[in-house]
Amino acid sequence: MALKIVKGSIDRMFDKNLQDLVRGIRNHKEDEAKYISTCIDEIKQELKQDNIAVKSNAVCKLTYLQMLGYDVSWAAFNIVEVMSSSKFTYKRIGYLAASQCFHESTDVIMLTTNQIRKDLSSPNQYDTGVALTGLSCFVTPDLARDLANDIMTLMSHTKPYIRKKAVLIMYKVFLKYPESLRPAFPRMKEKLEDPDPGVQSAAVNVICELARRNPKNYLSLAPLFFKLMTSSTNNWVLIKIIKLFGALTPLEPRLGKKLIEPLTNLIHSTSAMSLLYECVNTVIAVLISLSSGMPNHSASIQLCVQKLRILIEDSDQNLKYLGLLAMSKILKTHPKSVQSHKDLILQCLDDKDESIRLRALDLLYGMVSKKNLMEIVKKLMLHVDKAEGTTYRDELLTKIIDICSQSNYQYITNFEWYISILVELTRLEGTRHGHLIASQMLDVAIRVKAIRAFAVAQMATLLDNAHLLTGNTQHSGICEVLYAAAWICGEFSEHLEDPMATLEAMLRPKVATLPGHIQAVYVQNAAKLFSTVLCSQEGAPADSKVAQETSQLLIDRLPVFVQSDNLEVQERASCILQLVKYIQKLQQKDVEVAEEVTALFAGELNPVAPKAQKKVPVPEGLDLDAWINEPPSGSESEDEGRKTKGKAVFAKEESRHTKPRYTEVDEKELAKRREVRKAEQANNPFYIKASPSSQKVYQEAVGVEHIPVVQIDLSVPLKVPGMPMSDQYVKLEEERREKNKADRKKKDKKKRREKGRQRRGDSGPESEEDITPAHMVDIVTEEMPENALPSDDDDKDPNDPHKALNIDLDKPLADSEKKLPVRTHRPDEVLKSPIEDVEGLEVTSEPKKKSGKEKKDKERKKGKEKKKKKHKQEEGEDLMEAGSEEPVQSKVTNDVAAQPPASTPEEAAAVTDDPPASTPDAGSGVAAVVPDSEPEETKSSKHKKKKQKKEKDKKKKHHHHHHSDGVREESVQNGTVEDEEPLPPMSNYALLAENSYIKMVCDIQGNLHDGSQVVVSVIFENKCDSFIKSMEFNVMDSLNSKLQRPEGAGPHDSLTVPFHLPPGISNEARFIFSVQSIVMPQKLKGTLTFIVKTEDSSTHEKLDFKLHFTCTSYLITTPCYSDAYAKLLESGDLKGSSLKLEGINQPFHHLLARICFHHHFSVVERIDSCASMYSRSIQGHHVCLLVKTADQTVSIDAKCDEPGLLRNVLDEIKLTFSQC
Amino acid sequence: MIKAILIFNNHGKPRLSKFYEHYSEDTEQQIIRETFHLVSKRDENVCNFLEGGMLIGGSENKLIYRHYATLYFVFCVDSSESELGILGLIQVFVETLDKCFENVCELDLIFHVDKVHNILAEMVMGGMVLETNMNEIITQVDAQNKMEKSEAGIAGAPARAVSAVKNMNLPEMPRNINIGDISIKVPNLPSFK
Repeated sequence: MALKIVKGSIDRMFDKNLQDLVRGIRNHKEDEAKYISTCIDEIKQELKQDNIAVKSNAVCKLTYLQMLGYDVSWAAFNIVEVMSSSKFTYKRIGYLAASQCFHESTDVIMLTTNQIRKDLSSPNQYDTGVALTGLSCFVTPDLARDLANDIMTLMSHTKPYIRKKAVLIMYKVFLKYPESLRPAFPRMKEKLEDPDPGVQSAAVNVICELARRNPKNYLSLAPLFFKLMTSSTNNWVLIKIIKLFGALTPLEPRLGKKLIEPLTNLIHSTSAMSLLYECVNTVIAVLISLSSGMPNHSASIQLCVQKLRILIEDSDQNLKYLGLLAMSKILKTHPKSVQSHKDLILQCLDDKDESIRLRALDLLYGMVSKKNLMEIVKKLMLHVDKAEGTTYRDELLTKIIDICSQSNYQYITNFEWYISILVELTRLEGTRHGHLIASQMLDVAIRVKAIRAFAVAQMATLLDNAHLLTGNTQHSGICEVLYAAAWICGEFSEHLEDPMATLEAMLRPKVATLPGHIQAVYVQNAAKLFSTVLCSQEGAPADSKVAQETSQLLIDRLPVFVQSDNLEVQERASCILQLVKYIQKLQQKDVEVAEEVTALFAGELNPVAPKAQKKVPVPEGLDLDAWINEPPSGSESEDEGRKTKGKAVFAKEESRHTKPRYTEVDEKELAKRREVRKAEQANNPFYIKASPSSQKVYQEAVGVEHIPVVQIDLSVPLKVPGMPMSDQYVKLEEERREKNKADRKKKDKKKRREKGRQRRGDSGPESEEDITPAHMVDIVTEEMPENALPSDDDDKDPNDPHKALNIDLDKPLADSEKKLPVRTHRPDEVLKSPIEDVEGLEVTSEPKKKSGKEKKDKERKKGKEKKKKKHKQEEGEDLMEAGSEEPVQSKVTNDVAAQPPASTPEEAAAVTDDPPASTPDAGSGVAAVVPDSEPEETKSSKHKKKKQKKEKDKKKKHHHHHHSDGVREESVQNGTVEDEEPLPPMSNYALLAENSYIKMVCDIQGNLHDGSQVVVSVIFENKCDSFIKSMEFNVMDSLNSKLQRPEGAGPHDSLTVPFHLPPGISNEARFIFSVQSIVMPQKLKGTLTFIVKTEDSSTHEKLDFKLHFTCTSYLITTPCYSDAYAKLLESGDLKGSSLKLEGINQPFHHLLARICFHHHFSVVERIDSCASMYSRSIQGHHVCLLVKTADQTVSIDAKCDEPGLLRNVLDEIKLTFSQC
Repeated sequence: MIKAILIFNNHGKPRLSKFYEHYSEDTEQQIIRETFHLVSKRDENVCNFLEGGMLIGGSENKLIYRHYATLYFVFCVDSSESELGILGLIQVFVETLDKCFENVCELDLIFHVDKVHNILAEMVMGGMVLETNMNEIITQVDAQNKMEKSEAGIAGAPARAVSAVKNMNLPEMPRNINIGDISIKVPNLPSFK
């Protein structure tokens, strides 16, 4: 045996290590793959050995091979083995390998949870560090959920090295497990002010990353960041903060105003270019956000533009690039200030650096105007000629098209020019963007009616010279243009001068080499042309020969296409061929066919908006989610349970979502849309109401002599004809403008004379509006369905993981929320409907939402009061305080949100879980909330809402009063508005036991879904300076109640607490007990044993405690509707009992809140100083209370179907009030 | 966020690849090839940023790179990172390598890619910048190396001896492929503290 070990270790010396592997690969350049495969075989052998050193060496080599592109996922389990080595050396190798090749679908990740937890709590900071680093690369939702608590604990670690890593990794945890965000956020916020700059920087990093995606939730942090910005000297942190402000300012303009000054200072003072640049960027963002309201920030704009000019002029290409990048942002809102640097930007177009040229191109996009468009495009066309490399040329091409087509061809004054530009662009060899040019041609020809004649002429020449386009390069994308050309010629064939010639050109044999879809268009449009030719010949019967020749031409040429291997071409061709043959027959009989043939292609196509289809509203009564056929029975059994329980609710919810949207919104929306469209049309200089006479208008206005006639010598088509024309247009345009100007001046003079020279002053440079378009053109607006839906958020990515992190962080944490939800011990929670909950009460058909609403109201009030309090502290003056407007806002949204019957027991009882789910969506309009099935109810609820609002308004006034007049505060409070007084904080966590090492507090709650279970949540807090580990929790079972132990454990075994506690840390664990009878309260004796580990020693300690199961803890907050409540009381099954409390001098709503909170009741109805309350035990006993108050005396009449339980509950209530 | 960090040489051979999002091995190689293709065809005196790169690029992301002698250091980042800041970070990274390897050259990266990973792990974690202070990084790296050495102890001795013997057989390890001039090209880079 010993010999074997020695031998093994000697063998091991000659194992290849990483260096040997690398060296080997370098020495086997020719047969690298073969060499590596032998190495992998060796590695497989090594992995089979028990020696961890050999294994880790093998894993290390695998990591290298992974980088070279070899899949090493087969060794995942071995990697986990190496990760769990106790030696740091190997552990590090293991974690590195894991971080390189593990991902969410690696199944062995499940096995790592405990190992990672162990490493996280390791006394060696580097073990922890390595685990955190590794985890950051492969964290999964499961890992995030299971380890969130441990990592959160590490955020308060004593070593900054660990703290900063823990802080940073929390971001990944949030992404994978969004529920952790709210509980962890307060601590994250604390870390912004950590003494260690590294930790601080990490926290800034995380919050910036979070805020970038959901900025509005982080507005309240603005003051804190503002403080950091003015105090920090770490450029890295500053840059992050400044970038964050850039994201926040669009949401809060006041923040922007406040920022301008310090940022300007920084711009002036900093020597770091990176910081300067980010400052400029944020100032720009601020200016953009202010641009609507604040006109006089020209100084700041000037400063920015001037600084950027310096950057652009710098010899450093990086700065030049960034300067241009930032410039493009200013451009959007302050184009004027950028346009003055046109020279500089045009100069950058000539830069040798492609990135810079591209950026400059972006800028051009925003700098064009009607005036300079032609000039700029001319320059770009020159660049197109010069450009080497197709990518840049393609980029230029797309930019030219972008520039010209932007905002509905706003800047094009002469579409003939544009068409000729497009035709020129077809000359580009090897461009990928043929389809782009084609779609532009189609778009212009369809939408600008006036240009069709010209376009058709151009397209005809293109078709005639098609061989130049397709010429040598068979697969060049440019032949796409022919698709457009053929279609335009066919569709608008009435404008063709010589349809015969074009028809001939379209049927040349060479066409058969084009891609199939183009051929198909050719064939189809040849038919259109044919009909045109027939039509034109019909009038002159003498010339019927021409018509017959045309038919013959088609009959001769089409068979080529009939043989095409493209299905569509073949189909169309054979169809048309037969048609033509038939026509020919008729022609020979001298039958007039033209009219019938034309009818084939009659009717005009109008452009349809791209989103039109999506915006067709769903007709009333159509449920797209409903099954057309019932689903196969297999799936039914699966969710049968849910179905039977929740059927009614589902149906209701559905209708709530769909219906109201249309009924109310439609009319308004339509009117709005019409308005918008009208405004748009009014602003669009090209828009004339579409009328059949527009054609004429155009000709009269311009005159035919203005249209340059294309002179082409068709016999020598060496260049694409019509090509060099765009330049002519530039000249023509200039002349025209001159002329216009002169005309106008004359008019002006006249006017001036008429006006008696009241105004003097030069006409100045030509302004934008002065340029009249050369052609009166109408852009046909795109069609939309009649009552299209207005929403524009179709482009949001539903898969964005950051969506889940859109969580309101300003809402104060509920008590139960302060801890991260621990899932391990919790039974699954199934959504229950309110109806189902009161089912036992034989509820009538119409559920009312009173109790839920009141409950919500109450919560809201609580929240608001807190907010108001906060508000008071930070009163108005502080512009930074984003929340100053909040109370009003939140009131409005809450008002709306209070309506939905969302009072599921979960929401009311266990606020712990899923805060985002229960947060009412601020955007949900009134309409979306009104349940449709009960119109009367709707009305009344609306009414109520109004009332509430009024009340609130009143309250607000009172509240305002407070502010202005502190002296009267007292009287106001004692008077009417008792609600103003905030509730003292309440907690259900009661001290369980405590010694010098550890403190235990616990909360006991009934389990909603299992009538015999009680969940005990215990928070353990380490009070000493040493590490506490190996905690074991045990309770002596009684006959009635038992601690639930894992299967296989004996009845007296203790449960291990699943975490360790570093000094000063607390954590929560849950234990489940099963209970038989709930009528009596009971006490259970228990012990906690644990090990206290100090530097040099560790001691076993023990703490005894008594768990007190009160009857209250068997009650579960359950909402109840008042009519059901009344029925319940009427039924007479309940036994009564009563209680009187004397000397209670707290406001009634406090009293109710206490009963609700501590004893798990919910308010059914409240009238003045009288309220009815309801609760239910885990075993389904109903408990009803009628609480009345008068002169410090509170009387409680109670009824319950289990008198013993009731008596005990009342005793406990009494106890609660005697204690306070 | 940093999406990926790549180091490859003038011929496109990967020396280190660190992806902070998961891709399959094939895609990773494709990304490396494509990035190399994009970066290598650029002149020396053009800017260090480039957009595009179909795979890892996308509209939001940017490649920020630096070229030192035989090696390209490429960071792929999204819009939340400051361009000049990342350039500075690359500088810090290279300088740290230079300190840790004592006059770093491509060979160091070839043979000790694991160490490079360990150094990188102290700077960037899960795609977020962890530390920008070179001294702090070196301290942590050294401390961990020390731990490793102490763990190896006597047991490590034979392995070290063997490795020394192995190296003896080689012609002198050329150290002349020095990264060389790492003087800063960008004026006024932020001084990281």
